[in-house]
Amino acid sequence: MIRFDQVHKRYPNGREALAGVSFKIDSGELAFLTGHSGAGKSSILKLIALIERPTRGQVFINNQNTASIKPRGIPQFRRLIGVVFQDHKLLHDRPVADNVALPLIIAGVPKREIDKRVRAALDQVGLLSKEKCRPLELSTGEQQRVGIARAVVARPALLIADEPTGNLDPDLALEVMQLFKRFNEVGVTVVIATHDVHLIDRFAARRIVLDDGRVTAQTGPLLQTGAAAASSAVASSAAATSAAS
Amino acid sequence: MFGGLQTWLARHAQTLVGSLGRMTQHPLATLMTMAVIAVALALPLFLNVLLQNTRAATANWNQAFDLSVYLDKKTGSGRTEELAKQLRARPDVAAVRVIMADQALADFRDASGFGKALDALTDNPLPNTLVVTPTLVASSPEGTGALKTSIAAMPDVETVQLDTEWVQRLNAMLDILRRVVWLTGGLLDLSVVLIVGNTIRLDILNRRAEIEVMKLVGATDGFARRPFLYSGVWYGLGGGLGALIVVAIAVAVLAGPIAHLAGLYGSPFRLRGLGLGSALGILGLAVGLGWLGSWLAATRHIRAVEPT
Repeated sequence: MIRFDQVHKRYPNGREALAGVSFKIDSGELAFLTGHSGAGKSSILKLIALIERPTRGQVFINNQNTASIKPRGIPQFRRLIGVVFQDHKLLHDRPVADNVALPLIIAGVPKREIDKRVRAALDQVGLLSKEKCRPLELSTGEQQRVGIARAVVARPALLIADEPTGNLDPDLALEVMQLFKRFNEVGVTVVIATHDVHLIDRFAARRIVLDDGRVTAQTGPLLQTGAAAASSAVASSAAATSAAS
Repeated sequence: MFGGLQTWLARHAQTLVGSLGRMTQHPLATLMTMAVIAVALALPLFLNVLLQNTRAATANWNQAFDLSVYLDKKTGSGRTEELAKQLRARPDVAAVRVIMADQALADFRDASGFGKALDALTDNPLPNTLVVTPTLVASSPEGTGALKTSIAAMPDVETVQLDTEWVQRLNAMLDILRRVVWLTGGLLDLSVVLIVGNTIRLDILNRRAEIEVMKLVGATDGFARRPFLYSGVWYGLGGGLGALIVVAIAVAVLAGPIAHLAGLYGSPFRLRGLGLGSALGILGLAVGLGWLGSWLAATRHIRAVEPT
């Protein structure tokens, strides 16, 4: 589903966010990108959503080299990916239902179908009763769930989230993570960037640890066989040690 | 396919109403923008109304020229009638009126009040005169010119007088005025495009976050641009309606005094406002300018908004 091949990303201000990052996430996987802030988690998500382009190296999404996607093709490409943001990025001038409907309206889905799918998505995040509320009338946790409903309403095969629990207290954070887990269980590939190691310890999921723009460790249940698995196993124990300390 | 079209139409209708709804959230700013557009459109429009009226008022003057054909003083009444008959036979002549010298003197005596002074004349100084009215077809400057040359060449004709010069000057002035109106109109139309463009640009800056979110969930530039295009259309429509109201008021204010002035000249002339066709044309123009302004601004500035 996602393959990074020796990806470098240097921003115009000279900061090198990614230095030769390579990893692969299979279809249907749940993967966490971890590392302290500035390690390059957000840069990876931005490269996946084509918000940024790699300075060097290649990014493959769905077996497609993203370098071959021209600016005109970006909107169509983004419709295949659901994105959840730490700050929700909801539109405050319209009700929750309209926020969730946005990707479907953009994709030109018929009105009746939109209503049905918006209600289904809100039901999945447990906010069906709030569909007519404005985002600012909701709590932060609820707003985040609206953001998730918007990300999944178009039934994308890939869901990415940047620090989705960053502003939530531990209980709400766990709830939101479990929500992502449920989407993963029905076949959606889910990639979550988070620095909350204690939270993701509760999930048996793939983990890609970043430090200073490099992948320092990979661990998880769906690892490749052979040398990669062996080296990952070593890294995994290292990561577990550092997480425990 | 039909369902797709229906969805598309419904989406456009929704955006159209939505953009109007958004504008009514800032009624003062919206009305100010529309008022500026209205003033910019009303000025050339009103000048054009005046110009059209002047042309309408003077149009029949062109056709009202008679040629005064003064005959040689020695020409007798028999010869005069014969010449009149010849002229009446011409295809470019509608009518010929004969004014004999004695009749002309009598008329002049009555009209001028110089009765006593004229009695002092031993001899009638006036010649026999033919007043020739060209046909409508021959009433063009070229036609009357040719007629004049032709009549002047006839025997016993002393002079032919055709007083069209002042009308030609008037027409030349109207022609200049018409161009001034067009130039002013063009410049002010351009200003409408710029006003709408700038308003839309500020609107886009204010809604940057919203456009970013739309682009993040897969909106094309065209989709993000659409509500702004409709805003431009609404601005144009509002400004156009405003301009029509301004012109209607101006015409109403001037109609009375102009009718009075025309009456003093014994003319039934009345100031005419814009017809339905012209009014619709102006609305169409205003909407088109609003759309153009918003299209230029939105295309440029929405492309620049990229999620970060």
